[in-house]
Amino acid sequence: MSGDGIRLLTPEGERVPHPDYPFDPAPEELRALYRDMALARRVDAEGVTLQRQGELGLWPSLLGQEAAQVGSVRALREGDRVFPSYREHAVALGRGVDPLALMRLFRGVDHGAWDPDAHDFHLYTLVIGSQTLHATGYACGMAKDGADAAVIAYFGDGATSQGDVSEAFNFAAVWDAPIVFFCQNNQWAISEPNERQTRVPLHQRAQGFGFPGVRVDGNDVLAVQAVTRAALDHARSGRGPFLIEAFTYRMGAHTTSDDPSRYRDAAEVESWRAKDPLLRLERLLRREGAADDAFFAEVAVAGEALAARVREGVRAMASPAPEEMFDHVYAEAHAGVDRERAAFAAYQASFAEEG
Amino acid sequence: MAATRMTLVAALNEALRSVLASDPKTLVMGEDVGRLGGVFRVTDGLQKDFGEGRVMDTPLAESGIVGTAIGLALRGYRPIVEIQFDGFVFPGYDQIVTQLAKMHARSRGRVRLPVVIRIPYGGGIGAVEHHSESPEALFAHVAGVRVMSPATPSDAYWMLREAVRCDDPVIFFEPKRRYYDKGEVDVDPAAGERQPPAHTARVVRPGRDLTLAAYGPMVRTCLDAAEVAAEEGHDLEVVDLRSISPVDFATVERSVRRTGRLVVAHEAPVFFGAGAEIAAHVAEHCFYHLSAPVLRVGAYHTPYPPSRLEEEYLPGIDRVLDAVDQALAH
Repeated sequence: MSGDGIRLLTPEGERVPHPDYPFDPAPEELRALYRDMALARRVDAEGVTLQRQGELGLWPSLLGQEAAQVGSVRALREGDRVFPSYREHAVALGRGVDPLALMRLFRGVDHGAWDPDAHDFHLYTLVIGSQTLHATGYACGMAKDGADAAVIAYFGDGATSQGDVSEAFNFAAVWDAPIVFFCQNNQWAISEPNERQTRVPLHQRAQGFGFPGVRVDGNDVLAVQAVTRAALDHARSGRGPFLIEAFTYRMGAHTTSDDPSRYRDAAEVESWRAKDPLLRLERLLRREGAADDAFFAEVAVAGEALAARVREGVRAMASPAPEEMFDHVYAEAHAGVDRERAAFAAYQASFAEEG
Repeated sequence: MAATRMTLVAALNEALRSVLASDPKTLVMGEDVGRLGGVFRVTDGLQKDFGEGRVMDTPLAESGIVGTAIGLALRGYRPIVEIQFDGFVFPGYDQIVTQLAKMHARSRGRVRLPVVIRIPYGGGIGAVEHHSESPEALFAHVAGVRVMSPATPSDAYWMLREAVRCDDPVIFFEPKRRYYDKGEVDVDPAAGERQPPAHTARVVRPGRDLTLAAYGPMVRTCLDAAEVAAEEGHDLEVVDLRSISPVDFATVERSVRRTGRLVVAHEAPVFFGAGAEIAAHVAEHCFYHLSAPVLRVGAYHTPYPPSRLEEEYLPGIDRVLDAVDQALAH
């Protein structure tokens, strides 16, 4: 296996067939993949801009990881369930989550309260690796229900150091849970490179737990989709978990609060720029005559329109009413919350009376 | 149906059996809960009767147990988790505090996590370290989980059933040194109608001179202390708090307004314990009804000592009575 993993599309946009992962999407599917990646990239850029303008408190950029996210989410079927970490913006869009719902979290008006059931896309999880256990339990429930479905859990290279991720691997293996563990190895956990997290290639971790693991070129959307589809089939068919290490790169900062120039070389970033996931699919589309200038121009226009809607939506986002912090602490009445809510209301009212 | 006399362990087992039978979404999961029936036999026989799919022996990892229970709850199940001993909960503490407690609020009410986490707790059984702790304050401080602790077999039965029915996560602390105490339990549904809600406190011994407030294993200790005090001519009221989050302050206040004196007792260290919250609340709300400062009785702020010292470490009848005497001396 090459260092970058299973590959169906070279950085130059040339197809390379793989015996285990045959995949030949129709031209309109290729265009749809490109479109999804381009729109996600545009929303992501808008997130960074809005943070710089003070409209968002924080934004974790997905730049560079579009193929890993779009390829994997496109492999899902309806009824499959996603457990994301906090950088899966393209996956969210792929599950029909409005980008403004993501922005609400990073603007600080809520904690990202989209409806997980409506989108089969769980809430973002900020504590590293915790969601892999939720995903494993959910998958166990799916199996109990006899559902013809699987779970995909997203996490990063840093998360593989967390005990929860190892526990999730083990529980899933022992329970034969229908789950795909999808690790986006973007090479950096904030400032710590892979060498600080692991002594073995991450996909090899699966062997020790007793299930298959493969590395896929995470910047190759075709390979990611093909491998994820096969892994989901494996999980759905009752053969237990599957680990995918999508070998990719975080082109931007960890978040808008981070300064990667303190810990990594520009040359390394440039070497990955040559493997850009959108560029290589564009090359394929042009090479095979599946898309022309008009298509790329149309996608760019759509991206600008989406960005404009996001921008206006974020700027118009009102802060929640203060008393809402007492809502939904518990599902059922709780005397302690009720007492504090009443005390807060009385305190607020004391200002009104003073005029 | 007549009440049956049974141990607290048997009452918990009956409660689990009844919810497993009535709700196919309930699951029992934990270490050794299946074939063995749990190290205290609380889940004895359940796997045999309900199968491995409903009563699940899990890998030995508390974070994994709580984290996967969350996932099962997201899928519509109602997991009842057993943590084997109080001191073993902490590998799962992150999942409880960071995920289980907050997900309902984070989702603006869309997600409900009806997970019960049963924890045998407290000392007095001569155990090795990490097997005798009372960490309830560490959970009560966390918004989003309910914390309760029964003191009797009857409450064990009815409160556990209510914990399972509740749509909120519940940390259910079981007084392990009272596991084999016996009491009357009426499992008839009509008896259930007469039970006070689990979040309410209960006056278990009325009295006029002083209020003793306790929960879990210390309720029995306080009742015994009240018997001794009665021989000395003091009429003590004992309030079983039952719930630590929320605390039924209304019942405590009503009692203190009558007696004018309050001693709060728990096995957990006094320092930043549940008694501190109750003392502060009563000082704020019953100041002019108090004839004496509110006193707290509990363990010392040390690691749980070797078991040969636990009689000195834990508050027993004498320490409770010492505090009672101090309060009555005012």
